[in-house]
Amino acid sequence: MLLHTEALEGGFASPVLGAQATFRALLDAMARPGTIRTAGGDAAPPHPLSIAQGAVALTLTDHDTPVWLSPALAHETVKGWVGFHTGAEIVASSAHARFVFLAAGEAIPDLHGFAPGSQDYPDRSATLVIELPALSGGPEFVARGPGIKDSTKIALQGLPADFLRRWAANRAFFPLGLDIVFTAGSDLMALPRSTDLQALGG
Amino acid sequence: MYVAVKGGEAAISNAHRLLADRRRGDRSLPALSIDQIVAQLALGVDRIMAEASLYDRTLAALAMRQARGDMIEAIFILRAYRTTLPRFGYSRAVDTGAMLVERRISATYKDLPGGQLLGPTFDYTHRLLDPSLLGDHEVAEGIQREPDTEPVMRVSDILAGESLIEMEEPDETDTVPGDITREPLEFPLGRDERLQALARGDEGFLLALAYSTQRGYARTHPFAGEIRIGQVEVEIDIPELGFAVSLGRVQVTECQMVNQFKGSAKQPPQFTRGYGLVFGQSERKAMAMSLVDRALRASEFGEDIIAPAQDEEFVISHSDNVQATGFVEHLKLPHYVDFQAELDLVRRMRREYDAAQEIVEEMKEAAE
Amino acid sequence: MQTAAKTEPARPLSASDVARKHRIEHLGRATVEEMSRALDTMGGAPEAVNLRGPETGLVMIRGRMGGTGSLFNLGEATVTRATIRLANGAVGHGQRLGGDKAAARLAAILDAMGETSAHRKAVETFCSEVATRLEAEDAKLAAETAATRVDFFTMVRGDD
Repeated sequence: MLLHTEALEGGFASPVLGAQATFRALLDAMARPGTIRTAGGDAAPPHPLSIAQGAVALTLTDHDTPVWLSPALAHETVKGWVGFHTGAEIVASSAHARFVFLAAGEAIPDLHGFAPGSQDYPDRSATLVIELPALSGGPEFVARGPGIKDSTKIALQGLPADFLRRWAANRAFFPLGLDIVFTAGSDLMALPRSTDLQALGG
Repeated sequence: MYVAVKGGEAAISNAHRLLADRRRGDRSLPALSIDQIVAQLALGVDRIMAEASLYDRTLAALAMRQARGDMIEAIFILRAYRTTLPRFGYSRAVDTGAMLVERRISATYKDLPGGQLLGPTFDYTHRLLDPSLLGDHEVAEGIQREPDTEPVMRVSDILAGESLIEMEEPDETDTVPGDITREPLEFPLGRDERLQALARGDEGFLLALAYSTQRGYARTHPFAGEIRIGQVEVEIDIPELGFAVSLGRVQVTECQMVNQFKGSAKQPPQFTRGYGLVFGQSERKAMAMSLVDRALRASEFGEDIIAPAQDEEFVISHSDNVQATGFVEHLKLPHYVDFQAELDLVRRMRREYDAAQEIVEEMKEAAE
Repeated sequence: MQTAAKTEPARPLSASDVARKHRIEHLGRATVEEMSRALDTMGGAPEAVNLRGPETGLVMIRGRMGGTGSLFNLGEATVTRATIRLANGAVGHGQRLGGDKAAARLAAILDAMGETSAHRKAVETFCSEVATRLEAEDAKLAAETAATRVDFFTMVRGDD
């Protein structure tokens, strides 16, 4: 397959600085769950991959991190773009992926279908990068855990109704489990596996 | 246990400056250039590439110069450097059958297609120091002769024609081999992981193990079926183009060691193989690797594991000279607190011993 | 984690694929001096935007057990690659063993020029010059090796 120019454009103009800035944003977001950060650099990924998703892909994925793209993302241009700029292998089986990208409005698949890591290597788990309509203004949840003083409120838009139950099941796997980076446009918020989520007043 | 202590900074900084001074040596002599090292100390450069597991002559020569010729230090430096580079991908398998041959010999067949090609070898030299190399005398170029057109056939293919040697064919799916640079070693290993570890293993260690198999510590009855040195194409699939391109050529040394095998309930008597493949011109290493590879296949052939060279965990755990030097050399780092604890322990044990001795003495005296 | 062999089944290459493959391979072995001289004859190196690289990384070289058997990883080699786009939109790729970024970028520029009708012929000519040099180097090596071939002769056996 000969890639078209669209798949070859839109990497960081300065790969080192772009990746460093986005890595810093991700580090802060993971360290302070519930806070909203902005992806660094000038990634311009092909539609429907968002800017923040593109920046995360350029920053965290490489030849050693198999990537799974959701049905809405798994077309030639996005696959080609991720492959060309990161070197990551696009895998057909979600269970083998270390990074998973979901487009806005797509149903979040069963979390048990992704790699939770192993007892010896809990880091060998999948990180989900999920695009949402917005990272604020949605139904409020209370988040507690490492990196959060007492508790904080998050109000993500577009999560499925049973998300709390599914997240609680993920929490029960600790120290195994998935981590999530929610993105909206160029913003991102992290939900590491160590964060506990409850309904407001719960 | 290590304890944070301050105060060494000036000493360390001055020591490194002194190292740089000693490395440069007598300023009235011209500095060695990297090109000179690549061209004139080529086999040393090759050894660094092989054991650092990184093919790049310029960087290997740089490492050699930086390490003042200390090979293991140079290998360490180059290994450390490779961890800073991203992985672009895996090549297609190099085709050693299609090698641009620079040397090819067989100890098992005198007349074979392609012939015995000695190439630039130390064999048959008298190992007498050559005083002419004290100076810079004119050196004649190699003689040229019209090459034969017949292909340089693999010796293993000759034996395979009679089905007298085990076949080496790709497994059906061409399974992705293990990669010890990505996954931690877990014993038992596959032959794929063993070969990767041996290819970067310490030449001296493998040579000693190979020698031990010849002296009776695991009997393998080896013959050097074929040794070939030359250049092979490195091809990689380029997804953005949709086809594979050659990135250029690398020089490798390949050794096919042929070993007698009495046969088992499952397999008829035949020759089995040990395989060596090493970056650069590294004949001794390739031969040692092939002997050790065969010894490590003992359980595959139902042979008793009775010798060190057959013990996979022993061989592979100790073949990497960067790991080995790290653990041995760390002993010179400050262990002050550790040692204080040991000192206390030994003093206490000594007091107890002395006290016990006193009691014995007293009892003796009392008895008298 | 590796799951499946990545060696894709060979697809039939079109004539233009074959031409480009050879072009990229020859440019990958051309020296900076050779490429600079060639570009001078084509009116100098055109402006080019970097799409990826020039960057140096590693390729893990694979071998086969016994030369013909199952795969194993032999060791890595440094590789430098560049992908550029010319002002006219033509995209070029350059890659080679070693760490020479300037060479990889010049090769990418010449590859892109080879995609344009204005320069296709000149780039082809240049590539054939590089090919001629490489063939001469190989022929010299083969001839030097051939001179070290052992010509066995059997001593006449004393028959009664």
